[in-house]
Amino acid sequence: MLEVKGLYKTFNAGSVNEKKALNGVDLTLNNGDFVTVIGGNGAGKSTLLNMIAGVYPVDSGSISIDGTDVTKLSEHKRAKYLGRVFQDPMMGTAADMWLEENLAVANRRGKFRGFGWSISSGERKQFKEMLAKLDLGLENRLTTKVGLLSGGQRQAVTLLMAVMNNPKLLLLDEHTAALDPKTAANVLALSDRFIEEGNLTALMVTHNMRDAIAHGNRLIMMNEGRIILDVRGEDKKKLTVEELLEEFAKLSGSEFANDRALLAN
Amino acid sequence: MAFLNSMPSAVTQGIIWGIMAIGVYLTFKILDVADLTVDGSFATGGAVLVVMVTSGQNLYLAMFCAFLAGCLAGLATGIFHTKFGIPAILAGILTQLSLYSINLRIQSDMANIPLSYMKYKYPITLRNITPSMIICAVIAVCLIAILYWFFGTELGHSLRVTGSNQSMARANGINTDTNKIIGIVLSNGIVALSGGILSQYQGFCDVNMGRGAIVIGLAAVIIGDVIFGKIFQNFALKLLATVFGGVIYYIVITVVLNLGMKANDLKLFSALVVAVFLAIPYWRAKIRQRFHKPQNANVSQEKKEAAENA
Repeated sequence: MLEVKGLYKTFNAGSVNEKKALNGVDLTLNNGDFVTVIGGNGAGKSTLLNMIAGVYPVDSGSISIDGTDVTKLSEHKRAKYLGRVFQDPMMGTAADMWLEENLAVANRRGKFRGFGWSISSGERKQFKEMLAKLDLGLENRLTTKVGLLSGGQRQAVTLLMAVMNNPKLLLLDEHTAALDPKTAANVLALSDRFIEEGNLTALMVTHNMRDAIAHGNRLIMMNEGRIILDVRGEDKKKLTVEELLEEFAKLSGSEFANDRALLAN
Repeated sequence: MAFLNSMPSAVTQGIIWGIMAIGVYLTFKILDVADLTVDGSFATGGAVLVVMVTSGQNLYLAMFCAFLAGCLAGLATGIFHTKFGIPAILAGILTQLSLYSINLRIQSDMANIPLSYMKYKYPITLRNITPSMIICAVIAVCLIAILYWFFGTELGHSLRVTGSNQSMARANGINTDTNKIIGIVLSNGIVALSGGILSQYQGFCDVNMGRGAIVIGLAAVIIGDVIFGKIFQNFALKLLATVFGGVIYYIVITVVLNLGMKANDLKLFSALVVAVFLAIPYWRAKIRQRFHKPQNANVSQEKKEAAENA
């Protein structure tokens, strides 16, 4: 489904702020894979997701989604293959537009936008049913500005938007990091449910090792722009946080340094 | 008495500038970009209209061409901004500056060209203020209706998303560059159209007629928003509030001129009015912060405020 080959990315090349964010990443995701990504500060987790989404151009390497080479496609052109949820709950929705307007925008991802009506009455009915699934009482607030919703509600809405029309690949970039623990758990449970229901292929960056172990069928660990560990199937199910930390120390030759991860575990 | 006599003209001018302010609304409010092209494109509209009419062309064709000329000016700014990577304000200033030369060329190097009413008998004129006012009001309402339709379409929607949240727009397959260009093009088309209308109304075009247009446009947008923002929630009503803002602005101007302010001080006065009205939402928020300790209820109130202002 996703094929990343020899991906390199350096930010601010040639300056004192030079940062080698990705140092030769190879990653293949099979159909239906739900991969969790962990790693220390600056390991390149978010950069990897952003490169797949087309936020930055690649230095070298290639990315293809479902057999289509998207390496040179701009961010908005790639969007039709992708569903994305960001770390910042403010980033995934348009605050000064209504809930139904936000959903309608997502419903047209990858489609031509012409002079047809922006929302049809059929869509409104469909949106109500979808929102009811979130169990947040949002189904009766279609004409509420999204900016008035809480961070957790907005993130749930963004998730709903991201999984609309079954994207080829779902990218979750620490999407629960900014939420309180209870809301984070809810959003994570929703993510699980949507991925299962839609049989989606997903890549989820998380700072929480327990979450990384508990969710998905495969776990990769990144360090200094490389994938240093790739665990799947039964092996992954048996993993513990201690083993992961040990493994990290062994592979990287240093302590696992991620402020949020250490606080969370 | 002089004051009351000058009211109809003030209202008519207010509507004409209000139409221009609708153009400013598209960039300033919807795209969240301050586009300074308008100072140039407003005069371009006037120049194109007067030159076409005086060379024997049909008035309505001339108005349409004024609109198109404004669109071209907007296209230049849009390309400067998105394809050249120049910040929007600077891109607008560059176009505005170059339009000064272009406008002089359109006007065959004359700083102004009269448009004889006796000869061409055009409908919007100082000489018949009441019918002119009605025609301008009808144009404004038609324009609002068209824009109301446009922003209800998928394309119009994607323009709004582009202005509201670019990351979200791109993540959902919206080409933000193209949408910004479309918005700036449309905005300047409307601005130039109103420039064409004003040159009819006053009976001449002038290369300097657009100087400070952006400030008047912003004044209309902000006055409309501050006064009617709470009651006018619908998009069409928000545009109408902008036109009302233009009318209120011109009534205020007429009042202060009648009170003895020098006409030369008008631009200073306009700039100060805009500065104060821009500051009002900011001061409001500050005062609220000072007098209420932060509480959850307050935070949500501020969020609400922020969302409404956005």
